[in-house]
Amino acid sequence: MGHLSELHARCTDQYIEKFNRSRVIVGLGTCGIAAGGDKVMAAIQHEAASKNMHIDIDFTSCIGICFREPTVEISLPGFAGVIYGDMTPDKVPYLLESHIINRHPVEEWAVMQISEGSTALYENITKMNDYPFYSKQVRTVTSRLGRTNPESLTDYVATDGYKALEKALSMQQLDIIEEIKKSGLRGRGGGGFPTGMKWGFVYQAVGAKKYVVCNADEGDPGAFMDRSVLEGDPHSVLEGMAICGYAVGADEGYIFVRAEYPLAIKRLQTAIAQAEKYGLLGNNILDTGFNFKIKIKAGAGAFVCGEETALLTSIEGNRGMPRVRPPFPANQGLWGKPTNLNNVETYVNVPFIINRGSDWYTSMGTEESKGSKVFCLTGKINNTGLAEVPMGISLRDIIYSVGGGIQNGKRFKAVQIGGPSGGCIREEDLDLPVDYDSLTAAGAMMGSGGLVVMDETTCMVDVAKFFLSFTQTESCGKCTPCREGTKRMLEILNRLCSGAGRMEDLDTLERLGRVVKNTALCGLGQTCPNPILSTILYYRDEYLAHIQDKRCPAGACSALLVYQIDPDKCKGCSKCAKNCPAGAITGGKKKPYFIDVDKCIKCGACLPGCQFEAIYNDAAPHRNNCRPATRRTA
Amino acid sequence: MSVCHCEQTREAQYQELQKVIDKYLNVEGSLIPLLQEAQEIFGYLSGDVMKKISAEIKVPFSKTYGVATFYSQFHLQPRGRNIIRVCQGTACHVRGGAKILDAAAEKLGVAENGTTKDLRYTLETVACLGACGQGPVLMVNDDTHGRLAAKDVPKILDKYE
Ligand SMILES: Cc1cc2nc3c(=O)[nH]c(=O)nc-3n(C[C@H](O)[C@H](O)[C@H](O)COP(=O)(O)O)c2cc1C
Ligand code: FES
Repeated sequence: MGHLSELHARCTDQYIEKFNRSRVIVGLGTCGIAAGGDKVMAAIQHEAASKNMHIDIDFTSCIGICFREPTVEISLPGFAGVIYGDMTPDKVPYLLESHIINRHPVEEWAVMQISEGSTALYENITKMNDYPFYSKQVRTVTSRLGRTNPESLTDYVATDGYKALEKALSMQQLDIIEEIKKSGLRGRGGGGFPTGMKWGFVYQAVGAKKYVVCNADEGDPGAFMDRSVLEGDPHSVLEGMAICGYAVGADEGYIFVRAEYPLAIKRLQTAIAQAEKYGLLGNNILDTGFNFKIKIKAGAGAFVCGEETALLTSIEGNRGMPRVRPPFPANQGLWGKPTNLNNVETYVNVPFIINRGSDWYTSMGTEESKGSKVFCLTGKINNTGLAEVPMGISLRDIIYSVGGGIQNGKRFKAVQIGGPSGGCIREEDLDLPVDYDSLTAAGAMMGSGGLVVMDETTCMVDVAKFFLSFTQTESCGKCTPCREGTKRMLEILNRLCSGAGRMEDLDTLERLGRVVKNTALCGLGQTCPNPILSTILYYRDEYLAHIQDKRCPAGACSALLVYQIDPDKCKGCSKCAKNCPAGAITGGKKKPYFIDVDKCIKCGACLPGCQFEAIYNDAAPHRNNCRPATRRTA
Repeated sequence: MSVCHCEQTREAQYQELQKVIDKYLNVEGSLIPLLQEAQEIFGYLSGDVMKKISAEIKVPFSKTYGVATFYSQFHLQPRGRNIIRVCQGTACHVRGGAKILDAAAEKLGVAENGTTKDLRYTLETVACLGACGQGPVLMVNDDTHGRLAAKDVPKILDKYE
């Protein structure tokens, strides 16, 4: 097997050679492009050409600091790379002139610096390890994100890519499975099933033809870990799948990607073509006689297809409806053949475990949950982005140390974890260690890794309604509890948010939730009551406020807002009355105006027009008015 | 002689479809990719197109129709030249995604899933585009626009003819 070492040497030479030139690298993941990264790229190309600069212009994927996108990295030979944030095309000329021509990094725009090897550091720029967003992170699964060009096989191989595949192909199949078992790796798709055990089942399953499938459906709204990895390090997914294929005895793999991820699909296609060209996929891989092909299947838009049996049915070309298990896919999966199905992040962990050994892996994490987990921090948090942290870290550390706390100095209310299957965790439970079992015990779940942070202006009843309307639309309709249960629960929640709630609604919701949980066919139905049950448990007083007082303490449910005018502040200018489309505001010249609550349609048109700040409601509370603090948690 | 232009394009489209059908003829599980590529060609899936696909690859029309109506990606009606998808995922929701949708609907004068009369725009929603860090987000065709405020929406839409 001289093949890989030769390729490795060649790629490493080319890779190191790059560091001998001045380089400008733009972060072009979906998020970077959404923030305007492509325009920054165009400006850099234009500026470099017009000033005749001899620099390498390259791109990479998202390094994780979505809150500072678009990002640009500049590195001079022998010096650390400096990552700049919030770049715009008009900053480009000055940036290039200062950093490249005059060799002075622009400190005010710099986020941090990263030293590769022994490159010299700059004095006044924070090092990546000291930058608060990264200081508690570990970067394994995400190690290449933002550091390598995702469309370059050279970059991948030079950073130890495909070494684990080479090593695995020299091992016995059962030894690989044993190593994965010893590592304690658990499925990152949400359920947390032990990966080594699953591989063992597929290995033992009888059949000449077996499949390996990668679940890249990532339908959980508020999660983008898998997208980031697919866009940023596609080869690592292929390598993990190939190792799995060898270990379980499969020669064909499928990656099932959401249709909403066109860039991920494109980069995977590029990676597959490169790997096939260099004999790292296809027939007789690395001259060992092992054959393994990978195909991409683009989803067609159905959340339930993330469920494993529905996903396989969809690959077969049918309506993606789940079926009863057993038989499990390990025994009867794609086209009835034994199939190993794992999540993207699960596969990406595999090459690292094979390379560095299970002992290294088990040194991270807790007793029952080993290694690291990638989370997406979103919502009302300062540092939105992608963070990989060791299992067992507390939610408080993730939200306050990594995430930098709550936006605009507002108060933390809840963090939603696990998407439509998960639950809300309140302030009191923030010190819980993040691992599969603690989160489940707290009424949430690890899920795929979306963390949506909510502040005092988020209404928990509205959040429950939001998730339920999602699951209700996505319910495939095959089983009655989910099809009918989600409809009825959503009706009740709509009623609460519109002010027509009744006291018995709470009991009905809880009872329906329990029934659907216990009787639905697949994970979608079994977990969809979680957001409701956990919010009723922890934020019961908010539900009560909606039902009994007909008010929304967070001021989010517009139907429940009561608009009022403070007679002391009103100067009688009549502007609000003119703005009111319903004719609900009356008053006389130079006298305080008054809103007729029965006529008011709660459109809010009066509010911004009042220059005396005399109009108020729950969402824009009255300054002098001290209302009871109903938004506190139970 | 007045040959209707659309007749010609229709013919070209059907030829294109035939090529796709030939490509997938004996491939297992090819119904969904076939429908996806057919929709690329025609912009939507008409009854005729679905019937042709069913007949050629020998699956019952009921199955083709069933699949086409199950997945949200397939459209059975003509759509606009520019597809606007406003994210209503969790992260965008808590950051005011609903206001972005309202702004787009107001600008275009159509409701969710509506198409403007001139077939310039179709307005849709999506549950997460995977750019949550940039929320609220909307996508026009393959371009993702992030960190929006309602007032940015009209300007962005104007750029798409
Ligand atoms: C409704 C529903 C949606 C799911 N969506 C996903 C998904 O988007 N990605 C994923 O990896 N797993 C998803 N799962 C979990 C899969 O069924 C399966 O357990 C997982 O892909 C197995 O991989 P793992 O062992 O590596 O976690 C979903 C499950 C359900 C019930
Ligand atoms: S929730 Fe809108 S992009 Fe994810």
